[in-house]
Amino acid sequence: MISLREVSKLYPAGVRAVDRLSLDVERGETVVLLGASGCGKTTTLKTINRLVEPSGGEVRVDGQDVALLDPVSLRRSIGYVFQGVGLFPHWSVADNVAAIPRLIGWDETRIRERVDGLLVRVGLPPDVFRDRRPDELSGGQAQRVGVARALAAEAKVLLMDEPFGSVDPVTRDALQQDLVSMRAQLGLTIVLVTHDVTEALLLADRVAVMDAGRVVQVGSPGELFAAPVSAVVERLLAMPLRQADRLSAIAHGGTTPPGRDAR
Amino acid sequence: MSASDFEAQLVHLPDYFSSHVLLTLGAVAIGCLISLPLAFLALRKPTLRTLLLGAASIVQTIPGLALLALMVPLLGRIGVVPALVALVLYSMLPVLRNTVTGVQGVDAAVLEAARGIGMTDGQILTRVQIPLAAPMIVAGVRTAAVWTVGMATLSTPVGATSLGNYIFSGLQTQNTAAVVIGCVAAATLAIGLDGLIRLAQLAAERRDGRLTLASLLLLATLVGLSSAPVLGRWLRRDDAPHAIVGAKTFTEQYILADLISNRLRDAGFDVELREGLGSTVAFDALVTGDIDVYVDYSGTLWTNQMKRAEHAGDSPSLLAEMRSWLESNHGISLLGTLGFENAYALAMRRERADALGIANLSDLAERSRNLAIGADYEFFARPEWGAVRDRYAMMFREQRTFDSTLMYRAVVDGHVDVISAFSSDGRVSAFDLVVLEDPLQAFPPYDAVVLLSQRAARRPALVAALLPLIGSIDDARMRGANELVDVGGRSISEAAHSLEQDVRR
Repeated sequence: MISLREVSKLYPAGVRAVDRLSLDVERGETVVLLGASGCGKTTTLKTINRLVEPSGGEVRVDGQDVALLDPVSLRRSIGYVFQGVGLFPHWSVADNVAAIPRLIGWDETRIRERVDGLLVRVGLPPDVFRDRRPDELSGGQAQRVGVARALAAEAKVLLMDEPFGSVDPVTRDALQQDLVSMRAQLGLTIVLVTHDVTEALLLADRVAVMDAGRVVQVGSPGELFAAPVSAVVERLLAMPLRQADRLSAIAHGGTTPPGRDAR
Repeated sequence: MSASDFEAQLVHLPDYFSSHVLLTLGAVAIGCLISLPLAFLALRKPTLRTLLLGAASIVQTIPGLALLALMVPLLGRIGVVPALVALVLYSMLPVLRNTVTGVQGVDAAVLEAARGIGMTDGQILTRVQIPLAAPMIVAGVRTAAVWTVGMATLSTPVGATSLGNYIFSGLQTQNTAAVVIGCVAAATLAIGLDGLIRLAQLAAERRDGRLTLASLLLLATLVGLSSAPVLGRWLRRDDAPHAIVGAKTFTEQYILADLISNRLRDAGFDVELREGLGSTVAFDALVTGDIDVYVDYSGTLWTNQMKRAEHAGDSPSLLAEMRSWLESNHGISLLGTLGFENAYALAMRRERADALGIANLSDLAERSRNLAIGADYEFFARPEWGAVRDRYAMMFREQRTFDSTLMYRAVVDGHVDVISAFSSDGRVSAFDLVVLEDPLQAFPPYDAVVLLSQRAARRPALVAALLPLIGSIDDARMRGANELVDVGGRSISEAAHSLEQDVRR
């Protein structure tokens, strides 16, 4: 569905944000780009809908070279959930969700039905939320509207840039579970960027671990645990397990002070 | 300041106020129509942005009165047009700056989202940037409107009617009532407009359609009400023949303009007054037909318009030459002399002149090294001063410029020893000044003459209404009328009325 071939992005200052990166995402698959800040994962994501033009290499979506497509219609066909959510503060929730359908000229009845249906799907009752302004929403609610906006024009591909980064852990958990059920129902192909290892492992069909603009290892969470190719990957995976052990010890034994078991 | 002073002045309020509103709002509206597209263009071109904001800032640093006055020679005409152009230029900076700042200040995350969901640059501008910058843009318009209300009071000297008419004539004729009314009305208008646009700003911030509509309706009402007197005047113009009377910026001119206006009104003319015109502005306005009639002085025309330094000395031959020059060069008719002279002269306190033994300009020149001279804004720039100074070889210790009202105060209090004075000025005798004789005839004669535009000269009724004035106002009568205002504190219309009685006698 999505294929990146030898994609590079060089910035004028000489910084190589993405370095000859190749990656394939199958239809209906969820691939998570995992890495520390500045590893080039967001830049890679943005080459897919041409928010960033690569300096070299080739990006194909559904078999078509995106460089040959009109960027505006390309973006309208791909859902995008932004790191900062980026709801339009001067529009109601309904208008935000309806943004792309309006741009591509759906009639208003169809838009209204679609908006209500999507709000229900992301867990925001339309009667309550339809006419709210973004500044009347909590962080989690705003993020749900952001997801609904991305899906509004029946996109089959969803790009998500740290979508749950700014919400509290409980809300994050709920949003993650909703995403899992939604992608199954809608048959979505998802590329998600995160630096949260647990989130990556819980959501991904495959994880692409990135470092310094390159993919270090790609594989299912199980494959990564079974055969980490480098110390970087190993350390990255060890952390959530160690946390889980500690939590489990606290929950069941109740006596081990935090940090004691590390010795 | 009495109740009747206010009453007499309030008659002008509808005219001045509505002209002021239309001038202000017209300038702000045109300013916005130019600034907004420019600002959006500038947002895409950083070089243009720097250039544009720089230019607008420079315009702001030009003193308002200078900017307005500059428009007259640049556009070659007086009245509403140069005033409007200057005000438009003046109003542009806040709108430009706020639009650029407002659009640039839109949250980067929102812009990225707009681009990411597939909006084109145009759609991002119209659907996201402009609506989000709207409160800031409206705030810029608000600043522009308030500034322009204030600056518009300065359009009186270029011949556009405004609340400045009250302030300029009031200051000149020491009519406090007029000044107060002008200031209060301008302040009220500024506060009112500010509140109105504040309402629109609030509507933009809250994105409240009904509030937007309400503020627009209120604005439309203000424009409608203000247009009524001006429109009414335009409509009436068709019925009665129309005449525009001009006046320069000193008491005598206000009195004579009032006298002429009354006579024309009695003869069935619909009269409009353009007061407070700069000296050469008045002449240019007559040439272009922006005014129909005003009083000037032969010496002024001789030196400033005809650019002649030497003169024959006697009035009749100078007048004859001037009449044909005006007719053939500008199509202006010289109706005749009023009968008095308002010469530029140098005057001293009698006591001081006696003590120093100065009786004429030759005596003065000998002592000039130790003396200070004061003059009104114009005098030192006029060719007459150059001629007098050179002819008598004067060299003063100090040379100071005053408003003409304060200039008399300065010589009486001894801040300066000698001043430029007008021979018909009531204050010369009231303050016991002596006008120094001019044995070398360096000053030309300054007979007051009535000048008519080409159009006015072709109207027998107009000429007939003004002909009785010719030769009927002598030095004593004019000085008496000036004294009524400048020393007696009476109103212009009272002085004009008394002069009219003299003419009829």
